[in-house]
Amino acid sequence: MDYAQRLENVAVLGAAGKMGSGIVLLVAVEMADLGLKPENKGKKYVLHAVDVSHAALSGLMKYMREQARKTAEKRIVALRAVYADRPDLVENRDIIEQYVCDVLDVIRPVTVLEAACEANVIFEAVSEDVELKARLLTRVAADNPRRPWVFTNTSSVPIEEIDAKARLGGRIMGFHFYNPPAVQKLVELIRGRTTLPEVAEFAQALTKSLRKTVVPSSDTAGFIGNGHFMRDLLHAIAEAERLSREMPFVEAVYAVNRVSQDFLVRPMGIFQLADYVGLDVCQCILRVMDPRLPGQNLRSPLIDRLLGLGVRGGQNHDGSQKDGFLRYERGKPAGVYDPEGKRYVPISEFQATADAKLGPLPEPALAWKAAVRHPAREKVLADFFGKLETLRTPGAELARRYGARSREIGLGLVRDGVAAKAEDVNTVLLTGFFHAYGPINDYFSEKVAR
Amino acid sequence: MNTANRPRRKVYVAAGYNTVSMGTGRKEFSPKKPRPGLEDYIQQAGRGVLGQIGGAKNVDEGVIGNFMAARFNSQGNLAALIPAIDPGLQYKPCTRTEGACCSGALALMSAVKSVLAETAETVLAVGVEVQNTVKAVYGADILATAGWSRERKAGHAYFFPGKFSDRAGAYFQKHGRERTRKAMARWYRNAIENARLCPTAQEHHNTAKDLEALAMAEPNPKSFVEHLNFYDCSKVSDGACAAAVLSEEGLRRAGIPKSEAVEIVAWGQVEADLTRAPEDPTRLETTRQAVEQALKAAGVATDRLRTVEAHDCFTIAGLMAVEAIGLAKPGEGPDFVLAGETSRGGRVPVNTTGGLIGWGHPTGATGVHQAVTLWEQLTGKAGDCQLEPDAKRPYGLSINMGGDDKTVVAILYRKGG
Repeated sequence: MDYAQRLENVAVLGAAGKMGSGIVLLVAVEMADLGLKPENKGKKYVLHAVDVSHAALSGLMKYMREQARKTAEKRIVALRAVYADRPDLVENRDIIEQYVCDVLDVIRPVTVLEAACEANVIFEAVSEDVELKARLLTRVAADNPRRPWVFTNTSSVPIEEIDAKARLGGRIMGFHFYNPPAVQKLVELIRGRTTLPEVAEFAQALTKSLRKTVVPSSDTAGFIGNGHFMRDLLHAIAEAERLSREMPFVEAVYAVNRVSQDFLVRPMGIFQLADYVGLDVCQCILRVMDPRLPGQNLRSPLIDRLLGLGVRGGQNHDGSQKDGFLRYERGKPAGVYDPEGKRYVPISEFQATADAKLGPLPEPALAWKAAVRHPAREKVLADFFGKLETLRTPGAELARRYGARSREIGLGLVRDGVAAKAEDVNTVLLTGFFHAYGPINDYFSEKVAR
Repeated sequence: MNTANRPRRKVYVAAGYNTVSMGTGRKEFSPKKPRPGLEDYIQQAGRGVLGQIGGAKNVDEGVIGNFMAARFNSQGNLAALIPAIDPGLQYKPCTRTEGACCSGALALMSAVKSVLAETAETVLAVGVEVQNTVKAVYGADILATAGWSRERKAGHAYFFPGKFSDRAGAYFQKHGRERTRKAMARWYRNAIENARLCPTAQEHHNTAKDLEALAMAEPNPKSFVEHLNFYDCSKVSDGACAAAVLSEEGLRRAGIPKSEAVEIVAWGQVEADLTRAPEDPTRLETTRQAVEQALKAAGVATDRLRTVEAHDCFTIAGLMAVEAIGLAKPGEGPDFVLAGETSRGGRVPVNTTGGLIGWGHPTGATGVHQAVTLWEQLTGKAGDCQLEPDAKRPYGLSINMGGDDKTVVAILYRKGG
């Protein structure tokens, strides 16, 4: 079975979720494009979009219509050639409409899991729960005579473990898209020890066709992305807890969030990022990582406590941010949660005091957006962090410790063989997290971390 | 001498008015916010003229040039939007003209002919297009109707950029790419620098530094066309322009001295077969014919032109227009432009308020905009865009082109009085 034949019948489990819907879009477009090639005329490409609720699947189809249209609009020059043999399609508008129909025609939204048994390829994008993943995959893939290949979108669970539990005999590989899959260039590919070579080859071919930036990760819980992010977050929580001995908790959270954004030239503060991902998702990932990486204390009683109080983060259906560590107004942090008072304290109440305690930013300040767009990015960052090094303020001190810890985490991932090389760690943070610089850099020395 | 293209009676243009050319580049433009509609633009421009000519009572007739409101705005019967400008225009004769991007100049010609036929002393001429109602990819379909519909299927997704890209490719092959490419970049720079001086121009807020370097960007045929980049193209614009076309009696009634008006000295109105490809894609033959007719009818040589409004829907069309006018020989347009002759300080400044690339190209309004610019220049009302008058070169020439050099009107003006 070659690449195109294998993609004739595909299933996505968890298709209506945040990650699933993006995967459906990418794969359905790839399948529709294959179906439009002259050599594939007459073949029927089918993608079973499996999820638990009809309402969610309706939402998926609406998203697909909008996104397929945007894809067609962007690719109109090439699509006119694709439909050159259709005299009835004359205007761009006709061609775009037809392409939207052709993409939607691939997708079969279903709530019955067994529909996935027809597939040659199964993308799994359900929640980060080993038992759930194993249970579903056992049902659709374990004893399936078609011997489907499974690509799991896990961001933390070791592939070998799912393979064993779902009895897949190496027909599985980690295919970790970043959120949102249709936009984010990065894919972490995780080959388990048991993963069959032909499965890995197919994954490479698919990522190439989807024009993704691929970083291989070893099959270690958390992989590279969460391997860095979770440890980074735990450092931030520890720092906030340390600071909260000298200042109110909400101020400490604000201070660390601000330092991790403004002083470290990152796209958002660390607690905002945790909210974006969702505290429940962070908890799941930590629960996967902690027992599998003993002795590293990868857990957060604070996150457990916040979730117990109903503080979850994550996004609403329209993509707007739900409140988590922080409360949001028009997408911007406006308050910080106080677990003692069980309420959000407006940032405006303490911002001036907290900022005064942190001290000024290095001059001239360097915003993340300006840094990533700057033609001499490395030089402006070196200048900025060079000045940061000379500042003797609590803010600069926090930032230096933070940058050094981030570097240490990155080096640890290479040392432990999770990443093959420093560049891979940096690529994940630059591409998947939109950082302006990789964690393994010369801006922060290790002695500061100690 | 061709007397048919010379007025038998004096005809003037005065009281011009331009709305802002709205679209990307203007600070106040936001594609997500509600924007003025077709009728708002028509009313603003129309009222701008009525305010200068003593009101609607002095208007005998209205004419409106528009290309494709039927598709951009789901609106036909545009002549009936003229009475919406002012109740005083209710029940007056009105006409709509359409000749693709030349619709505006056709409106002017219709007005001129009414004055010549003595059925009107004053005609209110308006040009309008509101194009930001659709994304560029769909706008390309609408604009493609200026070409022959049977060519659409085989045509480029961006049909007209595709047509002029082909012309540019042919020109590069015949006359060399590098020099032509540099001249196209210079054309862009001149357009933007002039537009910065004009408050209604779409590129008025443009602050880019090295314009020529920017415009040398390599074209990307995967997402656009083979031989043009985005800087080579006029933008998508919303806007309306209006002016009064008057007889001497019309001027008297409006209380406008001749010195505040420009006189239409001659014109060339030319139509080429839509179903036929140009014989030589490196030349704008229809444009050449139109200009020649106008200049011949007036007995005026190109060395008496103070300024020109050229139809630079694409930079390459600007270069070819320079040759079609006779300012440079075929193949030497790029040298003429690179020598600075079409720049503000050059021998024949072209498009002193930015032209289609700099001021904007609300398609149906462009022909009228050119008339308003020349009226401003020749009567000393051009503000920061004003050129020094030159008694030896009293003429201004406009060229408005519809489609791929199919419908062309060239009009020669001089200051009245």
